[in-house]
Formats: sequence, structure tokens, C-alpha cells
Amino acid sequence: MHLLWAIPALPLAGFLVLFLTEGRLPRAVVSSIGAGSVGLAALLTGYVAWQFISSDSTSFTSSSWTWMIVGEFNVSFRLWVDALSLVMVSVITGVGFLIHWYATGYMSEEEGYSRFFCYMNLFVFAMLMLVMGDNLLLLFLGWEGVGLCSYLLIGFFHKVPEFGYAARKAFVVTRVGDTFLIIALFLLFREVGSLEIQEGLVFARENMSDASTINTIICLLLLGGAVGKSAQVPLQTWLPDAMAGPTPVSALIHAATMVTAGVYLIARMQDFFMLSQTAMLCVAAVGLITLFIASFTALVQSDIKRVLAYSTMSQIGYMFFALGVGAWSAGLFHLMTHAFFKALLFLASGSVILAMHHEQNMFKMGGLWKKLPIPFIAMLVGSAALVALPLTSGFFSKDAILLKAWKSDSDFATLFWIVAVIAAFLTSLYTVRMMVLTFFGKPQSEMHELKKESLWHPSRIRTVVPFGLLAVLSIAGGWMGFEFTGRLFGDDGVHAELHFDPIALLTLGIPFAGVVVGYFLFASDLIDRRTLIKNKLSDLLSQFWGSGWGFDWVYDTLIVKPFRFVAQTRTNRNDIVDLFFKLIKFLASLFHHILSMFQTGHVRWYAFTMVGGLLLVFLAVVWI
Amino acid sequence: MTTALNVPLEHVFFLAIILFLIGAFGVLIRRNIIFMLLSLEIMMNACGLAFVAAGARWAEPDGQIMFMFILALAAAEVAVALGLVIQLARRFETLDIDRAEELNG
Amino acid sequence: MSVMLLILLLLGAGVVAWASERVNTTLPNWIALITFVATTLWVLVIWFNGPDTAGLYADLNCEWIPRFGIYLHLEVDALSLMLIGLTTFLGIVAVVSSWTETKTRHGFFQFNILWVMAGVVGVFSAFDLFLFFFFWEVMLIPMYFLIAIWGHEDKEHASMKFFLFTQISGLLMLVAIVALVWINFNISGVLTFDYDVLKDANLDSTTSRLLMLGFFIAFITKLPSVPVHTWLPDAHTQAPTAGSVILAGILLKTGAYGIIRFVVPMFNEASREFWIWGMSLGVVSILYGGYLAYSQTDFKRLVAYSSIAHMGFILVGVYSFSKLGTQGAIITMIAHGFSTAALFMMAGALQERLHTREMSKMGGLWVRAPRMGAVTMFFVVASVGMPGLGNFIGEFLVLIAAFKKSVVLTVFAALGIVVAAVYGLSLMQRSFQGIPNPDVPKMQDFAFREMSVMVLLMIALVWVGIYPQSLLQMTAPLLPGLLRLTS
Repeated sequence: MHLLWAIPALPLAGFLVLFLTEGRLPRAVVSSIGAGSVGLAALLTGYVAWQFISSDSTSFTSSSWTWMIVGEFNVSFRLWVDALSLVMVSVITGVGFLIHWYATGYMSEEEGYSRFFCYMNLFVFAMLMLVMGDNLLLLFLGWEGVGLCSYLLIGFFHKVPEFGYAARKAFVVTRVGDTFLIIALFLLFREVGSLEIQEGLVFARENMSDASTINTIICLLLLGGAVGKSAQVPLQTWLPDAMAGPTPVSALIHAATMVTAGVYLIARMQDFFMLSQTAMLCVAAVGLITLFIASFTALVQSDIKRVLAYSTMSQIGYMFFALGVGAWSAGLFHLMTHAFFKALLFLASGSVILAMHHEQNMFKMGGLWKKLPIPFIAMLVGSAALVALPLTSGFFSKDAILLKAWKSDSDFATLFWIVAVIAAFLTSLYTVRMMVLTFFGKPQSEMHELKKESLWHPSRIRTVVPFGLLAVLSIAGGWMGFEFTGRLFGDDGVHAELHFDPIALLTLGIPFAGVVVGYFLFASDLIDRRTLIKNKLSDLLSQFWGSGWGFDWVYDTLIVKPFRFVAQTRTNRNDIVDLFFKLIKFLASLFHHILSMFQTGHVRWYAFTMVGGLLLVFLAVVWI
Repeated sequence: MTTALNVPLEHVFFLAIILFLIGAFGVLIRRNIIFMLLSLEIMMNACGLAFVAAGARWAEPDGQIMFMFILALAAAEVAVALGLVIQLARRFETLDIDRAEELNG
Repeated sequence: MSVMLLILLLLGAGVVAWASERVNTTLPNWIALITFVATTLWVLVIWFNGPDTAGLYADLNCEWIPRFGIYLHLEVDALSLMLIGLTTFLGIVAVVSSWTETKTRHGFFQFNILWVMAGVVGVFSAFDLFLFFFFWEVMLIPMYFLIAIWGHEDKEHASMKFFLFTQISGLLMLVAIVALVWINFNISGVLTFDYDVLKDANLDSTTSRLLMLGFFIAFITKLPSVPVHTWLPDAHTQAPTAGSVILAGILLKTGAYGIIRFVVPMFNEASREFWIWGMSLGVVSILYGGYLAYSQTDFKRLVAYSSIAHMGFILVGVYSFSKLGTQGAIITMIAHGFSTAALFMMAGALQERLHTREMSKMGGLWVRAPRMGAVTMFFVVASVGMPGLGNFIGEFLVLIAAFKKSVVLTVFAALGIVVAAVYGLSLMQRSFQGIPNPDVPKMQDFAFREMSVMVLLMIALVWVGIYPQSLLQMTAPLLPGLLRLTS
């Protein structure tokens, strides 16, 4: 399949052109290169997908090119596409293209327009390498590449120091996860003798026993890598800060694609995980804990993008949870639908933010539904899918996960299910809160006029198209999607339908309950919200939740501050080891000073010492 | 015994040692550079005396040859030293050797 | 023969450059530049002509001081050729980076650069221990002058420190060389300094261990590794830009080369017993160097400490005693040469424009000079270890090899990757990002002269990153000999 190479090569070419021209191209050309290359890649993906479906083969392989060979260590550049990667590639190029399209309007007033698309194209390339690479080193190349682009794009507005810190934080925290991943690679190479993914999977199926400790360690290390990239507990702290980047970046990287790389990694290495109960349990637990923590945190945020960030964390938590309880297809299905509706939500919130002159505080918005009808409708659709109202895409995928979780044979199935359902309820709550604060109620923004004409200015009107397409996908993406993702794995994916057993009804009803409770809590006047807020307990709770359950504080106190403190002490900067050499220098100069005291400059003193010395020699000769 | 020396050698040596010590003592205690040079001269002559006496005692010419060397040395030394004296007198406007201690460590 | 001509050409060009400063102050620059371009092309020609049947690209063996068994024995195999190519190429970088920096004695400056390079080429090709030591000293003294004459505010101290460290460790090596020759003479009755003979000297294990230590200490001082690294930050900070480029790009590699070429094959048994120490020193260098790099506020000093961290990977790789590790070490040498040379050139360019290396006085430079920002970002990313660029290949091969030897040490070494991200990005943040410093005057961005060199360096790094095989396959046949693997 020689066309396979063209898919990542197109965004790469776009990146190179934009990089080499150093921003001298006119904006129209930049947009068509930046968005066009990804669009072409999307078309090509469609073609490859069509070929794939119509052929009998389970995978496509591209031609390969030697990367390095040292003895038995042999890796090459080769792409491998099977159903799993194809889902990922479709999401990356498809949603990626729509977001690029939107960005041509969103970014049109910003400095560094060309640089932005340069980074974005590089990101798409790296992400494609991540999901298409047929060996783990190539995957790692993409893995680090997306991390780099994430760093570059979070800190895109490089004049603001806080954004720079957020970018660094994102890179360093994910790098901690990457270290786990790279150690997993070493271990895999030592055990399997190859970094080829397929070889590794075959090895796992044939040579590893169920209770193999090495296998569990490999899985846990892989999980460590996945946790970093996908912003799961305990390495989740970077994602909310990453919202410093421009909104299209948040949509593409921190919602739709990069943060789901961890899910892809675990799904890709399925055969290893299937062998280890412990590892599966860990995956489920990580997902569930993140889901739980992030839902509560989202409930008390005031920044609209941070709400969405925590929501992303929790939705990815669902995916991890799904993988952990063996609902592989459902997890991947949720990955896909989540990419649709979360991208839509981010793009809509981006429009709102732009209209509000970069104001992200929801408490300063309110009553916007009349003024911004299109973002409002888009956000409404996205929220419906996020809440998982019936017939939206989110409903199909989330219900599939919950139903499968109920039926899983894990010892903790019931507990897992209950926590997941509570989290689903919370999802409804924070979504309703976000919608109410942003679009309903009284307008809170006396401070600025809406930049009405600039948002829907003819130059930006084209951004409506991605809204429309994503909205359609957010609804309809669930109707057909499962037919496709259901075939990814051998598991019997549970199709979410309107059956009439109590559990299914419960999962169906929870979102509604959340919406209704949310309405009463945040919108209606039946409950006096002031009394609810104004007491010590809720104050404490909201502070605790709002800070992301104190993770940042713990890391800051235990790691960052001591690290900085020691680094900034003066002795340390001057290198403690050097003290030893300074001691030698000190001794030498000490002896120098002692000896030079004999050098008085008095001629008579010299004569005296000479005579004295002669006498001493004389006496010595006489006596001895 | 063919000796050209009429006095006992020990006496001459004794005289030489006394002269040498007088010279050395002079170098050590005098601060005036002229007197130091004179004392040095005395020390050298003490050595010369010892050489000549020893040469006479064993009837060898070496002693007298050595004395000639010493004379030459003394001449050279005086030439250099007097140059130094003049410099000292010019720069420090004194003949006190202790004032010239710029080379202290 | 050609390698001797190469050395003589460099030496001769040095003299001519010195003499030519009477004519014109830029003439020495041109002479040095043309010499380095010509020698680089020459090396490329030799490279493409390929090796002879013995795997050698050039070779010379004639008498020098036959009475003591000293020969002019120069050989260029694949490893030497790569490093010689790196040397001449970085010569271009060094000359270009200091094009406008020197204000006095232009001719003598270029003379010193050319002579250092001649010494380095000699070091990389000498196969006679006496000759090796001779060239080892030849490269030291001009380097001392470079720092002592054209250095910055604290140059006397830095140059003296550099000189003493290198000289004392070189003395250790000299003692070891003489002892080795003498012991070999007593055993076999042949007085010779020849590498190929001494490699197979029949030493008992205690002697072997002691002699190995003599060489090892000399080489890790040059490398440098903790705890004998402290000369490096001072020397780098004070050296002129060309000096830093040469120092980091090439002189450090002579230490690594020495370990690979001499310590491991000549004292194989002793080195293999020593692996845990070598590898631990490497790991300590990685972490300690990285941490101190983060602590620095001086741009150049930060890069200098990052070099110590990168050189740690070389020690880890070599002392894993595997083909993978040694290959990784060699790739790290090459890639680090490119990336660090570029970063030091950047530091020099900043100092020339801002008259400071202090990062607290920078900030927001990206706005003033976007090209410089992008270039710095590229090389910082490379030195952070981004896959697809050269440094990653080296470090990955080193770590994957070390993992088989010691899991614990490898895990600690892998932590170096996180530390690298911390200091690399903080360098970027403090100098180029953030609010533009109002005190910073308008800054000239890179023009053609500097940009052309930077582009060459970028291409080189990408090339090593995505097609390392071109280097790996060259050195592959050497490995059994270097590691003394019994086939």
C-alpha cells in the first residue's frame, strides 16, 4: 500500500513549507497549505478506509525503510494500518481537518499565523506516526513529537510568561510518563528481542503465561506512559493548565487526539494487558479515579475552558475504565464520539471566548444565547452528546461502556459501575452549569461590548461549516460508529439499545436526572443558591475540588519547590564538587604565602640566612 | 723539606679565618652598602690569603692562580656593585641597604 | 599518507594565517575558512572513496625515533574518519561563529584554531602511543591560548584551570604509557609504542588495572565526567565562541574516543571488571550535570553543564560492553558535536549582540529575533532528545544496551531525559520567551553568514536522526575489534 506514506507525508510537507518560508507567505496561502494538507490527508484516509473495508485483509503495510540495525536490534520506518489505527487515523485527519479549517478563521487576527499552522501540521504528522507506526520506536517518535507540538502550541503566545510555564509543565509532566514508556520499551526489547508491535503481540499470546510478573510490569510501565499523555491520575495536573493554548489547539490536541494516545497505546498492546488481571484492574482503577476526581473538579471551575479540560479528563477516564473492564470496542467507540463532541464544544467555546475579547470566566458571561446563536446551538448539541442524552453519539458509546461494565466478570464490577454512574450524573450537573452560566440568565458582561461584527465577519463566516459537520457527527456519529468499532476487537461489544431491563433504564435515566437536578440547582429560583454556597463545608469543598483535589499542591511542595530551592542556592550553582578543587587551590596559595614570608627583600637578612645555613651545614659535617 | 713558608701554616689560616669572620660580621651588621662592600672585599682577601699560603706551603702555583681569579672576581664584583650603589643612591637617596626592600614577597 | 598531509595542511595554513594578519585583518579568517572547507571536502572525498580491504581509509607507518620504537603510525578507520570529518566541519562552524568576534591579533587567533584542529586530527588518527601523546599536547596549548588571550572577564583563572586539569591528567596518561611500554619490553624484549602490539601485551591483572586507571582518569577528565568535570564550565564560559565550539564539539570527543579506542580494547579484562564504576560515573554525570544545568543563570554555563550530562551517556554506553551501547556512544559523540556547537554559537551570537550571557537580562528575544528563536528551539529540542534528531538515537541505543547490563542504573539514566526537558525548556523560556526585556536594545537577527552554518548543522542532525544507519554500518565492522569480542 504505497499510498499509506502519503497520509503522514502531506502534513509533514505542509510543515516543511511553512517552516522554511519563515512566515513570509500571505495568509491565504498559509491557510490553504495548513488546512489543505490535512484535508488532503483526510481524503486519502477515506480512500484507504474504503479500500480496507472492501478488501479481505486485516491490515495494510507500507513499504519499509531502514532506520537502524545494530546486531539483533532492527527497526525500520514502516507504516501499519489495521482497523484500530484506521479509526484513529480517520479521527485525526477528519476532526483535525475541521479544526484546522476553523482555525483559519479563529487565528486570522493573531500574530504568528504561519507559525501556528506550521506547528499544527507537525502535530498532525507526529500523531499519524504515533498511530500508524508498526514498531514501538516509531510510535515513540510520534509520542514525543506530539508532546513537543503540544508544548509549542500551549506556549504559542510566548510573550505571556504564564503560558510558557504551562507549556513547560505539560512537557515535563508528560515526559515523566514518557520515561515509563521508554523503560517499557527497553524491557520489551529485552524480553521479546524486537520492538515490532505485531511480533510482540504474537510473543505475548504464545510465550507468556497469565501470571507472568514481567508481563504485568510491562503493562504497568505502558500504563505509566499512557497516564502521562492522557492526563490521568496521578499525572493529570498538566491538562487544565494546557488550556493556555489557543482554543483550536485545545480542541485538536487536548481533547480530540493527543490525549487519547494513551487509550490507543493500551488498545494496541491489548494482548499483553489481557494476560494480566492486575494490570487490567489498574487501568480500570486509574480511569475511574480520574473520572471521579475530574467530574467533581469540573463542577466548581469558573473558566469555561477549564471545565471542558476537566471534562476531557473524565471522559478519557471513561475510556480507560472501559479498557480496564474489557470493553475494548466500547472504549474506542467512546474515543471516537468524544473526539467529535468535545471538539465541537471547544470550538464553540472558542467562538464565545473570541466574542468576549478573550474572556474565559463564565461568571462574566451569561445570556449569550440570543447574541451568539450558532455557538449556542453547537454547544447545546455538544453538551447533549457529552451528557449522553439518548440518540446522541455520546449516549451510544457511554451506555455501551456502562452496560459492559455491569456485565464484566471483575470482582469489583458493581462498585465500578456505581462509581461510573455517579460520575455520569456529575457530568450532567457540570454541563448544565456550564450552559446555564454561559448562555442563560442575565448578561454579566457590562465591562465590554460584544465584538459582534468581527466574529461573524465574512472572513470568518466559513468557520460555520466545521461547526455544522461536527454537530452532525456528534449526533449521528453514534448511529453507525459502533458497527465499525465493534469489529475492532474480538470482544462481544454490547450494543446500546433502548432495552427494557432495569440496569439499562437506569443508565438511560441518570443523565436526565442530572439535567433536571442541574436545572434546579443552577437555573431555577426554587433553591436559594446563596445559602448553599455560603457555608464553611461547601467553601472548603469547592476550594478542594477547584484545586483539582490538591494534586498540584502536593507536587509543588514535595518535588518542584525542593528541586528549585536546592538548584537556586549559591553553593550549588557554583558546583559542590568544585569545592574540593578549590580546597587544593587554597592549600597551594596558603603554602605560597607562608614561603613568601621568607622573601623579605632585606639583603642583610639573606646574607644572615646564608651564613646561618653555612654554619648549620658546617656543624652537621663536623658532628656527623 | 723544600718549603717557601717561614711561618706555620696554621697561623696563616688562623689569620685568614679571623679576617673572614671580621668581613662576614661586617656584612651582617653594617647597613651602609659601602661598608658592606668593603667587608665583602675583606672576606675575599681572607680567602686569597688562605690560597696563597697553601700554595706556598706545597710549592704549587695553583694557590697564586686562584688568587688571580679572586682578584678578577673582586674587580668584576666591584664594578657591578658600584653600579648598584649609584642606582641605590639615585633611587632611594640613601646608602642604607635596608631601605631597598622592594623585592619582598 | 593523506592524513599526514591533512595535518600538515592545517599546520601550514595556521602559519600562513598568522603571517597574513599584516596584510589585512579579515584575511586570516578567509584563509582558515577556506582551509576548513577544503579539508572537509577532502574528508568527504575519502569517505566516498570507501575503505581499502583492511577497512582503512588512510594509513601511514614510517620511522620517527626508531631507537625507542617510536613510529609515525597514522591510521584512519571508520571511527577516526567520522571524527575527523566532524572536526573539519566544526572548524568551519568555529571560524564562522567568531568571524566578527575577535578584536585583536586576528592572525594568531586563526593560527591557534588551525593548530588545535591539527592536533585533534592527529589524536584521532595516531596509532602509536607516543605520537598520540604528542598530538594530545599539541591540541592543548593552542586551546590554552585561545581561552587566555581572547577569553572573557575571568579568562586567566579559567585558562589556568583548564590547563592544569588537562596537563595533570595527561601526565598520568604519560606515566601509564611509559610503564606499559617498559613492562611490555621486559616481557617480550621489543621496545615499541605501537598500538597494535601493545593492545595484545601480556599483562597481569593488577598491572593492567593500574594502567587502565591511568588512561581512564586522563580520558574522563577530558570527557569530562563527574568528579573531574569542574574545569569545563569555567573554560566554556570564558572561552571565545570559536573556543567553546571546538571545546564542546571536538575536544570532549577526544576523551570519549580515548576510552573507546584505548581503554576498552587495551585493558579489556580490567575494563570489563570496572564496568559498574564506569557506568555509575556516567549516570551520576547525567543526573548531576543535568541538575546543575538547571541551576545556572548563565546561558553558556547552562549549555556547558548539559554537555557533562550528555557525555555521561557515552560512559554508560561504552561500559555496557555491547555493540548497541558502543554504537550509541559513537552516535552521541557525533550528534552532541552538532547540537552543542550550535548552542554555543548561539550563546556567542547573543553575547556579541547583548554583551551579556546572563539569562535574567534576556527574555522575550523571540520577538526581536524570530530566526534565532526558531534555531535555538530546534537545537534545544534536539538536545532534549527528540526522536527523529541525532541525539535521541545515541541516547536510546545507549540506554537499551545498558538495560541489559543493569536495570537500576538504566532507570536512573532514563530519569536524565526528564531532567533534560527541565533544563532545556527553562533555557528556552528564560532567554527567548516571556515578556521582551525593555533594556534589551534592538537586536540584529541571524543573517546569511550565521544562518548558512546553522542550516548545515540542522541538516546534519536530522540526517543522523533519521538515517543513522549510514554511520552505524560504517562502524559496525570495527566493533568486534574494539570490544574484543571472541567470535
